[in-house]
Amino acid sequence: MNKLNYTPKDFKSNQALRWCPGCGDYALINSLQKAMAELAVPPHQTVVVSGIGCSSRLPYYIETYGMHTIHGRAAAIATGVKVGNPKLSVWQISGDGDALAIGGNHFIHAIRRNVDLNMILLNNRVYGLTKGQYSPTSPRGYISVSSPFGTVEDPFRPAELVFGARGNFFARCVDVDSAPSVEVLCAAAQHKGAAVVEVLQNCVIFNDGSQKLVSTKEGRANHALYLKQGEPMRFGPNLEFGIIQDGFNIKPAKIGENNITPDDVLIHDAYNPDNTLQLKLAMLDGTNGPIALGVIRAVEAPTYDAAIHQQIADQKTGKPKSLNDIMLENEVWEVK
Amino acid sequence: MDTANNILNIDNLVICFAGDSGDGMQLAGNLFSNASAIMGNDIATFPDYPSEIRAPQGTLGGVSGFQVHLGSSKVYTSGDSCDVLVAMNPAALKVNTGRINSRTVIIIDNDSFTARDLAKAQFKTENAFEELNLKNQVVEIPITSMCVESLKALDLDQKSALRSKNMMALGLVCWLFNKPLEIIEQLISRKFKNKSELIIESNIKVLRDGYNFGYNTHASITRYSIEPLTTLEKGVYMDINGNKATSYGLVAAAQKANLTLYLGTYPITPATDILHNLAKLKNLGVITVQCEDEIAGCASALGASFAGCLAVTTTSGPGLCLKSEAINLAIMTELPLVVIDVQRGGPSTGLPTKSEQTDLLQALYGRNGESPIVVIAASSSANCFDAAYWASKIALEHMTPVILLTDAFVANGASVWKLPNLEDYPNINPPKVKGERPENWSPYLRDSQSLVRPWAIPGNEGYMHRVGGLEKDYVTGDISSNPKNHERMVATRKAKIEHIASCIPKLEVEGDQKAKTLLVGWGSTYGHLLEAMNLLAQEDCPLALAHFEFINPFPINTEAVLRGYDKIIIVEQNSGQLALVLNGTYKGLNTFAYNRVDGQPLNTQELVSNIKSIMEDKR
Repeated sequence: MNKLNYTPKDFKSNQALRWCPGCGDYALINSLQKAMAELAVPPHQTVVVSGIGCSSRLPYYIETYGMHTIHGRAAAIATGVKVGNPKLSVWQISGDGDALAIGGNHFIHAIRRNVDLNMILLNNRVYGLTKGQYSPTSPRGYISVSSPFGTVEDPFRPAELVFGARGNFFARCVDVDSAPSVEVLCAAAQHKGAAVVEVLQNCVIFNDGSQKLVSTKEGRANHALYLKQGEPMRFGPNLEFGIIQDGFNIKPAKIGENNITPDDVLIHDAYNPDNTLQLKLAMLDGTNGPIALGVIRAVEAPTYDAAIHQQIADQKTGKPKSLNDIMLENEVWEVK
Repeated sequence: MDTANNILNIDNLVICFAGDSGDGMQLAGNLFSNASAIMGNDIATFPDYPSEIRAPQGTLGGVSGFQVHLGSSKVYTSGDSCDVLVAMNPAALKVNTGRINSRTVIIIDNDSFTARDLAKAQFKTENAFEELNLKNQVVEIPITSMCVESLKALDLDQKSALRSKNMMALGLVCWLFNKPLEIIEQLISRKFKNKSELIIESNIKVLRDGYNFGYNTHASITRYSIEPLTTLEKGVYMDINGNKATSYGLVAAAQKANLTLYLGTYPITPATDILHNLAKLKNLGVITVQCEDEIAGCASALGASFAGCLAVTTTSGPGLCLKSEAINLAIMTELPLVVIDVQRGGPSTGLPTKSEQTDLLQALYGRNGESPIVVIAASSSANCFDAAYWASKIALEHMTPVILLTDAFVANGASVWKLPNLEDYPNINPPKVKGERPENWSPYLRDSQSLVRPWAIPGNEGYMHRVGGLEKDYVTGDISSNPKNHERMVATRKAKIEHIASCIPKLEVEGDQKAKTLLVGWGSTYGHLLEAMNLLAQEDCPLALAHFEFINPFPINTEAVLRGYDKIIIVEQNSGQLALVLNGTYKGLNTFAYNRVDGQPLNTQELVSNIKSIMEDKR
């Protein structure tokens, strides 16, 4: 029997959590279990697939079907699960190394194909499980055990990669910021197609403070721009700032100064198929304005798994065929 | 003139069509072998083509050949050398010198033997035959100009007209070997049914003109006829190449197991045709996903397996390297997965279109850790059907990945095949969970005999569980790094695969029951070994043959068979990989090896003389 009402506890497995004390994974798994309860997809219809890394241990702690797989391949394996049985709700859990370094190819192709996956990208900008090497999202100059004099390479900015792969859903939340995280995870699950949620995550051991602008309530009050579809993009402790258009660009501005009125503030439109302004929004990083949180882009598009099964259904119309019928379509002859 | 009197019946014939990659030699060869099979001959074909799609015209690198062996009795190989070679240019002649024996009749297009053509094929003189030291009978025919002449009345440009050159050669060969044109004309009409009427008309016109040219100008020479095979059982037949047989075997297994067939793959020569074949079968519910790379092909298949499909990934050697990590995850998670490696010449990119048996050790051992896996090898093009069926059956019933080794030789080569009756095939019963979850159920709760774990497919209420690449507790399946537990799990995974030996057919021994020497092979060399054994029997050299289709685990009677012979000759198209495994597994066998690693099918005559000298060896 499928229950109609689930609680987060229904999605907790009997395994003890084994992340470092203070790890953002604790907060995120709570938000995820809350989201799963809210979504009310039965646990036996849900599959959680992960790769390798700290956050990839997550499936063991969730009482659904789960696969903890190999480094980088979660998106490919999740694609097989979803295409193999599109009725399942499929979540993919990957860190920044898993999804963007060793698994970069699978990540972009799952997005390009628009497989109906809920892809959680836990971005703490460092390799935790191998003890602190820089990751493909570490900023240039980042000092780590494998870059003692600082990195000499630029990082990926996940949204750019997602949009470059023609992604139709991109959202962002902060690990410890529970209620908005639950909201964003639910939106990702309800979106049909590849839905990427970038979780800004702290690593207390190897990269503490990596998300310091938004890791505290005060920080978020000053630096977070919580997006709401159809509403003006305002932020600040008293919502005194807004995002306005500036020629070919967008920029933050104080309302009431320099003749800026509330009507000048741009209205958020995640549903707009043109991703130009959505990308600009996603590129705000705290130094050039606030950090945008919430659903940045959510555009409907045909999903790969549904299209594959539709093609099969279309080809099956008419008289059902057997393997024997197919074999007889070759040049055959009979010996009597 | 009545030419019927000039027809001589022969038992078998090997003919090779060779020309430029763009000359349509594969089509001409296919049409001839297909029509011959329909007319009742047994056939074995060997398409030999370069990896370049269109190498520069007339060069040695661009030669494409198609060899077919026809018989009025069973044929086992595509033949060592040919009775007739059709060489469309000097390069085709030069490249195929190895297929020419002293009796080979060579038909050439003398329009393509100009000084320029000879230079392109790197001949130094103007006489190609003298330079190659060939004293064969040569039939010189202006194929190119006759083709152009033939199509003069049709509205075709020169380039399009020349595409039908192959039909001129084919028509002539059909006349020479007494093959009426009706069937070939039907095949051409069907082949080009989606192209224009003009293409069908022009090809048939040239084909007929080629036939009539023989009839009108060479009426007095001896023609040959190969009588139909009379020993075939009743049934419906087709000629089938290994990749197609593999595709059908997978579909048959999925139907028998009542599962959806899922192929996750990436194009690679010579395996890609399996994708092409299965992609067409949407009307049978087959899912094919052309992934972003080899890794994703295997990984997505494993995901589909977890979701409850009969999951397959196809590849060749380089791709198998890339898939090995995901295969190991299948071993660890104990999920069914069929991995098909259509072997080609290696290492690295190697010889993409040539055939070898060099991936055996990779299949057996090419992964980290102790990772036992089932390995099966197909023995002929037609046998690929059964091999794919068995691979699927074992994977599903024993919850394990299975590697099926075929190779370019069987994948592209064709043999006559009787369409199977699926009711004759054994059932496939995967260990799916049923009903309510019992108390104390665990995903790794094994069957006490087979050690197989249950398959709880997502969607089954109550059976939620996690699998993964980390070592797991023997009882609960939860993560465990306990040393004793790990040792037990290593031993269990091994024992689980070994148990399969009692579920597969025994190793059969063919040939002379009193023989003291056993010939051993595996995979696609079966036809050559059988032919060699039969030839040696006629020379009073008694031999037995044990040919392996199941390599890991070996059939249960393997040791008993091997220990029954004074001498064992292991023949492989590698440097001795099965020999290494057999000698490592069964100590004290008196083994000898015959190995070839040249990317070409074995040569039966060479094989015979080598076996003979090993038999004479006093050791």
